[in-house]
Amino acid sequence: MKFLRDFLDKQKPQFEKGGRFEKLHSTFDAFETFLFVPDKTTSNGAHIRDAIDMKRTMIIVVIALIFPLIFGIWNVGYQHYLSHGMDYDFWPMFGFGLLKVLPVIVVSYVVGLGIEFAFAQSRGHEVNEGFLVSGMLIPMVMPPDVPLWMVAIATAFAVIIGKEVFGGTGMNILNPALTARAFLFFAYPAEMSGDKVWIAEKADAYSGATPLGHLLVMETDKVPSVWDMFIGVIPGSIGETSTLAILLGALVLIATGIGSARIMASVFAGGMLMGWLFNLWGANAYMNIPAYQHLVMGGFAFGAVYMATDPVSASQTARGKIIYGLLIGMIAVLIRVFNPAYPEGMMLAILLMNVFAPLIDHYVVESNIKRRLKRAKVAVKA
Amino acid sequence: MSASNQEKEPLFSPKNIKLLTSPLNLNNPITVQVLGICSALAVTAKMKPAFVMAVSVTIVTAFSNLIISVLRNGIPPRIRIIVQLVVIALLVIVVDQFLKAFVYDVSKQLSVFVGLIITNCILMGRLEAYAMSNKPWPSFLDGLGNGFGYGMILLMVAFIRELFGSGTIWGFHLIPQSFYELGYKNNGFMILPPMALILIGIIIWIQRSRNPQLIEE
Repeated sequence: MKFLRDFLDKQKPQFEKGGRFEKLHSTFDAFETFLFVPDKTTSNGAHIRDAIDMKRTMIIVVIALIFPLIFGIWNVGYQHYLSHGMDYDFWPMFGFGLLKVLPVIVVSYVVGLGIEFAFAQSRGHEVNEGFLVSGMLIPMVMPPDVPLWMVAIATAFAVIIGKEVFGGTGMNILNPALTARAFLFFAYPAEMSGDKVWIAEKADAYSGATPLGHLLVMETDKVPSVWDMFIGVIPGSIGETSTLAILLGALVLIATGIGSARIMASVFAGGMLMGWLFNLWGANAYMNIPAYQHLVMGGFAFGAVYMATDPVSASQTARGKIIYGLLIGMIAVLIRVFNPAYPEGMMLAILLMNVFAPLIDHYVVESNIKRRLKRAKVAVKA
Repeated sequence: MSASNQEKEPLFSPKNIKLLTSPLNLNNPITVQVLGICSALAVTAKMKPAFVMAVSVTIVTAFSNLIISVLRNGIPPRIRIIVQLVVIALLVIVVDQFLKAFVYDVSKQLSVFVGLIITNCILMGRLEAYAMSNKPWPSFLDGLGNGFGYGMILLMVAFIRELFGSGTIWGFHLIPQSFYELGYKNNGFMILPPMALILIGIIIWIQRSRNPQLIEE
């Protein structure tokens, strides 16, 4: 480590003002702070800084993402061999999955970070770390067979239109990873939905529909058991299938205080509530499935744990987070059951509530002010 | 008095030329005045309807500007909006009938949007802002210029949307078949109106970064 520090210190003057590579300052800064805790001190104003900066925050989310990622890689291989009627050990399946998933991750990071660096360079501010997480989330919400060029343009769209036009990390209204997925969903529906895309290099005769796909055509008997869906041995997007692995990640996020447990819990509660309401109504087979089944199908759990809790696009106030989460859960189930064109409602529900999050916060703050004013007036009267 | 003024000023004086050219860039009706967005989203999925729409709007803006400018001293201010609407409605009906007679298929594609030219904000905007207080010839040029500015943005957006959304330009296949065999797909999002909004946003972004005087504080 010492030689690395020495090397950086030796190069540093060249990137400072007046140095040879002055223009590349933000690139240098990005690598330096990536390797070492920043040595910046404030000269006035706030002197106490949190020990954990944004790079460290983001890396914890990436660590929490490792569980669904590892499972997803294995599941891509497992589903592929299952469709061909073959059974192998862990490693061949993992290897096959790795060959499918790794290129998607590489493309997402290269394209996204390339654009981030270019924007930081041209605007002269620091390279932001937000993409460390987005770059990992994007591959995980893609079908295993997604063409790489589509991943590239979706990532570019998400970073430029979803984030940079609003001013970069911390300013975006929508979750960038979901923006990328929504872009592909509307631009190339044949590659993002249906029953052909969820298993990599699927055998032709094998049905590759996801549980949601089965329910869409009311084939309730073909839906895998709840236990299978909880473990995640079902076709689906790369990282979303295993509720178990996602919950492990959720534990990491909650234990470190990075992800909001309040949002996660209220999303699940909202989904349950809507499921029960549909059970009461019970007009068709889809409405009659047990409410808890909604929580383990499709991207519900993944969205609740990793997407809805995005600190930038979610509500900020404590009460706002509960309203925001409940509505996400309810709308997601509502879209699933009512709208046959959009089998996966979670993506649309979160994007919709991202848009409403500032409004929710506004009214929470307003009502707080009103309540306290009322209390103050009563006190004066007395 | 007006006669002597007209003699002094040539037909295409620098001031009049500016009326034609400024809406193309620094005073563009769509990207700077932000008028007429609705039809720009609706008719730009293909080049052909976008072009016909641009021509129709240009004609209606130019002639309604001209007519209102001629009438401007005789219109009582309290009922001026109604008079303006009557003139616009007349021109729109003429254009609509003309399209139905000569380019029926495009007229069908444009459907209600030809009739809705009457509500296009650019028309009322130019009448109120310019024609009501200027002479006929400059008003006519102002209408033409704004029509061109509107049409230019429409065609830019339609070009991108048709090329990437359908792989064609003016109905001709531009993206070679070999691309599709390699796995290229038309982008379905380009056909949807939100993409037109995003494209107009990008055009505004590029325009403002090239002309910093347009950026508001």
